[in-house]
Amino acid sequence: MAEQNLSRRAALGAGAGVVAAGTLSAPAVFGQPTTTIRCGFWDHWVPAGNDVLRSLCTAWGGRNRANVNTDFITSVGNQNLLTIAAQAQSRSGHDILSFPAWEPAAHQRMLVPMDDVMGRLTAKYGPVTPAAEYLGKQDGKWVAIPAVSGTQMKPACTRFDLLQQHAGIDIRAMWPADNRRGPGADTWNWDTFATAAEACNKAGFPFGLPMGSFTDAVDWLGALFASYGANVMDERGNITVRGNAKLRAATDMAVRISRQLPNDVWAWDDASNNRSLISGRAALIFNPPSAWVSARRDQPAVGASCWTVPVPSGPEGRFVGYLPYFWGIWNFSRVQGPAKELLEFLSEREQAMAMTTTSSGYDIPPFLSMSDFPVWANEGPPTGTIYNYPIRPHHNARTSVAFAPAPPAMAVQAYNQALNTKLIARIVQGNETVDQAMGWLERELNTIKRGG
Amino acid sequence: MAADGTVDLRGAPTPAPRASTLQRLARRRSSIAFLMTLPLIAVVAGLVVYPAGYAIYLSMLNRRMDAFAGFLNYEILIENDTFWMVVWQSCFFAVVAVLLKALIGFWLAHMLHHIPTKGQRKWRGMLLIPWVIPPALSTLGWWWMFDPTYSSINWVLAVFAVPAVPWLGEPWWARISVIMVNVWYGAPFFMIMYLAALKSVPEQLYEAAAIDGASSTQRLIHITLPMMRNIISITVLFSLIVTFANYDIVRVLTNGGPRDLTHVFATYAFQVGILSGNIPRGAAVSLFMLPALAVFAFFILRGVTQRNREMA
Repeated sequence: MAEQNLSRRAALGAGAGVVAAGTLSAPAVFGQPTTTIRCGFWDHWVPAGNDVLRSLCTAWGGRNRANVNTDFITSVGNQNLLTIAAQAQSRSGHDILSFPAWEPAAHQRMLVPMDDVMGRLTAKYGPVTPAAEYLGKQDGKWVAIPAVSGTQMKPACTRFDLLQQHAGIDIRAMWPADNRRGPGADTWNWDTFATAAEACNKAGFPFGLPMGSFTDAVDWLGALFASYGANVMDERGNITVRGNAKLRAATDMAVRISRQLPNDVWAWDDASNNRSLISGRAALIFNPPSAWVSARRDQPAVGASCWTVPVPSGPEGRFVGYLPYFWGIWNFSRVQGPAKELLEFLSEREQAMAMTTTSSGYDIPPFLSMSDFPVWANEGPPTGTIYNYPIRPHHNARTSVAFAPAPPAMAVQAYNQALNTKLIARIVQGNETVDQAMGWLERELNTIKRGG
Repeated sequence: MAADGTVDLRGAPTPAPRASTLQRLARRRSSIAFLMTLPLIAVVAGLVVYPAGYAIYLSMLNRRMDAFAGFLNYEILIENDTFWMVVWQSCFFAVVAVLLKALIGFWLAHMLHHIPTKGQRKWRGMLLIPWVIPPALSTLGWWWMFDPTYSSINWVLAVFAVPAVPWLGEPWWARISVIMVNVWYGAPFFMIMYLAALKSVPEQLYEAAAIDGASSTQRLIHITLPMMRNIISITVLFSLIVTFANYDIVRVLTNGGPRDLTHVFATYAFQVGILSGNIPRGAAVSLFMLPALAVFAFFILRGVTQRNREMA
């Protein structure tokens, strides 16, 4: 090796240079985000719903030196389902993804357990609604967090003027914008409902209840069945159709109601019931506040006559259709820790309130303690119209998912094949006997069960 | 080379050393042909063979896709009433739609063929519009016309005091609506193919037939149809395959309803596979018609080849 001579001056100069470069670059290094989290959230119906989620993520990222990339994936054309399936197959894509109701159970083995996050959140805010637990907690562990953004309930959105005029029901007095039941609330059951449906149909304002294969149809009928205790499959996957008196009673009631509906409800999708309300033709639909929001914008007179109330009760209680989204983290993500922190942040009360308020009350937090946000009391006209949208203690209601308590792997197939609406359609539209329709239902469930 | 083009070999250099096996292989015409078709083979392998093979593999897994299940998914489908209803509906939908498209396309092609060339282009362009609009968009337009609440067709019917029709809510009306939209979308394809075939029929044949006193029906049966047989066969085959695989029209208009009575293979496969989270069974549904269509295609294409040989 050649001998190198380093003068004292040169050594000092080099040392000073190193110190200066290090000092000058230090703030830049500490200012740089060190983590990138890629999020694929559901593309909200309300455009501002995306903005609030994006700004919350940016704020969290700023505080935690993380880049949070937010993509919003639409559910139109089931684009979100296709994205989930593609990412699961390729084991690559986003770190955090919004999963519609049944997807956490379907992909539970590829999702990071969230028991730690849910443990902290429930310690802070109390229990979550039971239907969210049924869908999100698999084999005793949380596989995804029930999300705020996109989660909805489907209580009855009524035209209080039409119900008063044609059915003699003062629905606003029955369910006021207050934490109490009004006169007659105890009689708000399916029998009263069916009588009102007959009266309104006779007057030319039938209830707008879809009977097709989309979620609004499956959910309202699922709530009716749940309120009769009419399960078609138990939690162990045993089929409970044959000799099921509760199922028969629920079916009879559903048949009675569906005979009072417009003759094309068998083809209705999730927008058809909204349109029937907004157009002024329907006296009642089961829907989140989105239909009322559209009516307020497009048909102010109709919007001002809407009042959201709980679903009627049945012999086994009162159930409301629940369609949640979940936030999950893929197990191939390399930023699982920060992703969990972000989701915990988004689930906290302040952030949940921001999302719910921005969506005009549409988004429902999963925690029962968060049903007191002021947005539901303040929205109008008429003021308080969506006060009863979230489940409140005096409703004495529970959330329901159609085909629960069957194992989710089987229930999801029955749900997406809309077996409950088809059961009723076979009787009412196809003129089959109840026994024939039940036989068909049993065969379909056997097919589902056989494949596992 | 000499001025007369001959080559003087006397001063030619000694022959080059014997070429290696690799060099000889590279010089063979078949090797070069193979190399030149390699990109196409790669595309076919990557975009056809691999996905098809993967779909077959998927259809033989259990629902969780963690164990091999053999033909279980096919067995379950064969024993399922709804699936056989879907098979029947897919066949009904495809056969009726293709027949109507072929008849309407044939009629339109004849009409166009007899329009003077100057005005023909205008009509040809207009008649092709349904075919060039993306079907998802045009189907959405049809859906608005059939819409249960705001149907514009029912609005027009109401003007003539005709009661409203539940276009998508009543099983047979729903089937008719779905077929109608498919025919509206696909007939122009038949028209343009048949028009091209009509233009290639030699005019002398018709002149000779006219001299022999053949009627227009006789000319159609004995000249036009035999001359168009190949194009009719291939068009029908192509359309049948595409119609069997149709997805967007049924999905947008009826989503398979009411009571699954308008489902076809693709929509049912999507419902079972993607929506219900049973991808293997969805794959089995979508692959079910493959053998039948392959046999159908074999016979049609064999007929076309035989006729070509006879004509040559």
